[in-house]
Amino acid sequence: MNAFISTFFNMHVLGRVWPALLHGFVVTILLSVVIVPAGLAAGLLVALAQTTRSRALRWAMAAYVDLFRSWPPLVLLIYVYYGLPFFGVNTDAFWSVVLALTLNTSAYFAEVFRAGIEGVPPGQVQAARATGLSLAQTMGWIVLPQAVRNMLPDLLSNVLETIKLTSLASVVTLPELLRAARLAQGNTLNATPLIAAALLYLALLWPLVRLTSRLERRMLATA
Amino acid sequence: MRGFANNFLQWDAVAPYLSSLLAGFWTTIALAVTVLAGGLIGGVVLALLRTLQLRPLNLLIVLFADIFRALPPLMLLVVAYFGLPYLGLRFDGFVVATIVLGAVLAAFTEELLWAGLSTVSQGQYEAARSTGLTFLQMMGHVVLPQAFRLILPPLTSRVIATTKNTALASVVAVPELLSQANTAQGYTGNASPLTAASLGYVVILLPLVIFARRQERAGGRPA
Amino acid sequence: MNALGEPALLEEAMSTHAQPRPVLALHGIHKSFGATQVLRGVDLVVHEGEMVFLIGPSGSGKSTLLRCCNRLEEPTDGAVIVEGRNILRSGVNLNQLRQRIGMVFQSFNLYPHMTARQNVTLALCKVAGKSRAEADSIAIRMLGRVGLADRVDFYPRALSGGQQQRVAIARTLALEPRIVLFDEPTSALDPELVNGVLGVMRMLRDEGMTMVVVSHEMRFAREAADRVVFMADGMILEQGTPEAIFTTPNHPRLRDFLSSVSRA
Repeated sequence: MNAFISTFFNMHVLGRVWPALLHGFVVTILLSVVIVPAGLAAGLLVALAQTTRSRALRWAMAAYVDLFRSWPPLVLLIYVYYGLPFFGVNTDAFWSVVLALTLNTSAYFAEVFRAGIEGVPPGQVQAARATGLSLAQTMGWIVLPQAVRNMLPDLLSNVLETIKLTSLASVVTLPELLRAARLAQGNTLNATPLIAAALLYLALLWPLVRLTSRLERRMLATA
Repeated sequence: MRGFANNFLQWDAVAPYLSSLLAGFWTTIALAVTVLAGGLIGGVVLALLRTLQLRPLNLLIVLFADIFRALPPLMLLVVAYFGLPYLGLRFDGFVVATIVLGAVLAAFTEELLWAGLSTVSQGQYEAARSTGLTFLQMMGHVVLPQAFRLILPPLTSRVIATTKNTALASVVAVPELLSQANTAQGYTGNASPLTAASLGYVVILLPLVIFARRQERAGGRPA
Repeated sequence: MNALGEPALLEEAMSTHAQPRPVLALHGIHKSFGATQVLRGVDLVVHEGEMVFLIGPSGSGKSTLLRCCNRLEEPTDGAVIVEGRNILRSGVNLNQLRQRIGMVFQSFNLYPHMTARQNVTLALCKVAGKSRAEADSIAIRMLGRVGLADRVDFYPRALSGGQQQRVAIARTLALEPRIVLFDEPTSALDPELVNGVLGVMRMLRDEGMTMVVVSHEMRFAREAADRVVFMADGMILEQGTPEAIFTTPNHPRLRDFLSSVSRA
C-alpha cells in the first residue's frame, strides 16, 4: 500500500514537478482559448457558405467537412507540423497545433451550425425579409439567436472534445499538460505526475461533461 | 510548393514501405473492430445494469462514465501504458489500447443509451411486460431497438471518433498505420508515407462519415 | 311468506343460485405513492363472463386499481387472487401469468418499429412459445376479428388511432387471456373513431370474455356493462347494475358525479 502511494501519489515528487505541470496546464488552456474561437468562427463561415445558392460552393464545403471529419487529428497534426516549413512558414509547434486542430474542429462546428440554421423554421426568414431586413441582418438578429438555443448541447460537447484534443500536441513536443507530465514521469521515474495531470484535466473538464450530459438529455426528450 | 511535393508526394519514398504500411492498415482495422465491439457491447451492458436501479452500482457507473468522457483518450492511454508497469502489470500495447479506447467508447455509449432508454415512453415498457415478456425480452425486442434508433446520430459520431482514435495507439508502440508511417518517415527522411497513411485513414473513415451525413439528413440533428 | 305471498325461500334460492366462478378477486387493496394514499382498502370480485365498468372522478384510483390487477402497480397491502392464486406472493411466475391477464392501454402502446402482425406475434413466440408459422396464423386471425385483416403489415404510424387500439386489443387477445383489463381505451381517440373500438369490445362481451373497463363512456356502460362500480377517493362507494347506478344512484358523491358528467 505504501509503495502504491509513493508511486502514484508522492507528495515529494509532486512538489518538484508542480511548476512544470502548471506551466503545461497554462499552455493547454492557451491552446483551447485560441482554437475554440477560431474553430467556431471558421465553422460558422463554412456553415454560412453552405446556405448560398452556388452548388459548387456547397459541394466544396461539404467536401471540406467530410475531409476533416475523416482525417484523424493526430495524423493531420503531424502532417501540418512537418509540412508547414515547406510553405515557407517557419513557426513554432504552437501554431502548427492551432492550425491543425482548428481545421479539425471547424468541420464539426460547421455541421452543428448547419443543422442549427436549418432547424429554424423558414417562415422566420420570410417574415424577416418581408419587413425589409437584409440577409445579414436576418441571420444576425433572427436566425442565429434561435439556432443557438438548439445548438447549445452540441456546441458544448464539441468544445469539450476540442480541449481534450489539445493533449495531442504532446506528440509534437509542445509543452502542454500531457507532455509536461510525461517528461516529469520520465525524469522522476515516478507515476505521480501522470495522476496529477489527470486530476488537473478532470478539474477542467468534469463540470463541462456534467453540463453536456444534462443538456443532451433535455434535447433528446424534446426531439 | 515544389519542396512540398518532393517531401510529401514522393511515390519512391513510399513504395519500399508499402507492405509495412499495408500491415499497419490492417492492424488499424483490427484494432478498430476490437475496440468498437468491446466498447459498444460494454456500453449496452452498463446501461442495462443501470436500469436495475441499484444505488451503489449506479454511482460507480456514472463515475466511470464521467471520468472516461472527461479525460483525453491519449492521457488515458499514457497513464495505462506507462503507469501500470509501476504496479507490476506490463501489457502489450494493442491490449492496452483496446481496453482503454474500448472503455472510452463504453462510457459514451452508456450515457447515450441511458438517455435513449429514458426517452422511450413508459408505455412501451408497460405494454411489453403486460404481455408477459421477460426483462431481457422486453429490452431486446422492444426497448433497445427504439432507444438505438433515437441515439443513432450521436452514436455514429462516437464510432467515427473512436476509429480515428486508433491512431493514438501509435504512441504506445502499436504497429498500426500511423506508427508504420512515422517509422518509414524516419528512415527516408521524407514525409510521403504520412500522405499515404492519411489516404489510408480517409479510406477507412469516409464511408462512416458519409453514413453519418445521411443519418443527419434523416434525423435533422448533427452528430 | 312475504307480502306478495311468495315463499321466502325463493329469494334465498335466487341468492344461492350458482354464480359463475370468480376470475379475479381483490381483497383489501391499499396503495400509497409516498405520502399519498390512492387506494384505501378496495374489495372487488369479477365473475367469469362479466363486464365490470369502473367509473368515478379523476384521482379516484380507478386506473391504479386496474394496474394492480396485473402488478404493473404493486399494492402496498391486500391480495389479488387470479384463478384461485394470489399473484402478489413471491415465487409467482409473473410472465406466464400475464398471458392470462390482458391489458389495453389508453395510449395503445404499440411497438412503433414493428408491423401490426409483428406486434401481435412477438409475445406469442417469446412467451407462449409458438412457432413462427403458428404465431402468424393466430395473428392474422386475431387482426381479422378486430376488423383489420387488410392492415396486417402496416406500421402503427400508418394506422388511425382507432385502428391502433384495435391492433392493441388483438395483441392481447392472441394470448388467450381469461380476463382483459381496459384502461380508458377510448379516451385518446377522436370521437368518430371511438365507435370502432367500442364495437370490438361489444363483440368480446358477447363472446363471453371477462372484462374490467375503466372509462368515461357512460352510454356504453349503460348498454353493455353487467355491473358498474363507482369509486371515489380510493374506495368503492357504490356498485350495482347499470340501471341501479345510473337511474337510481344512492350515494351523494355518485349523484354529484353523474350530474356533473351529464352536464359536460
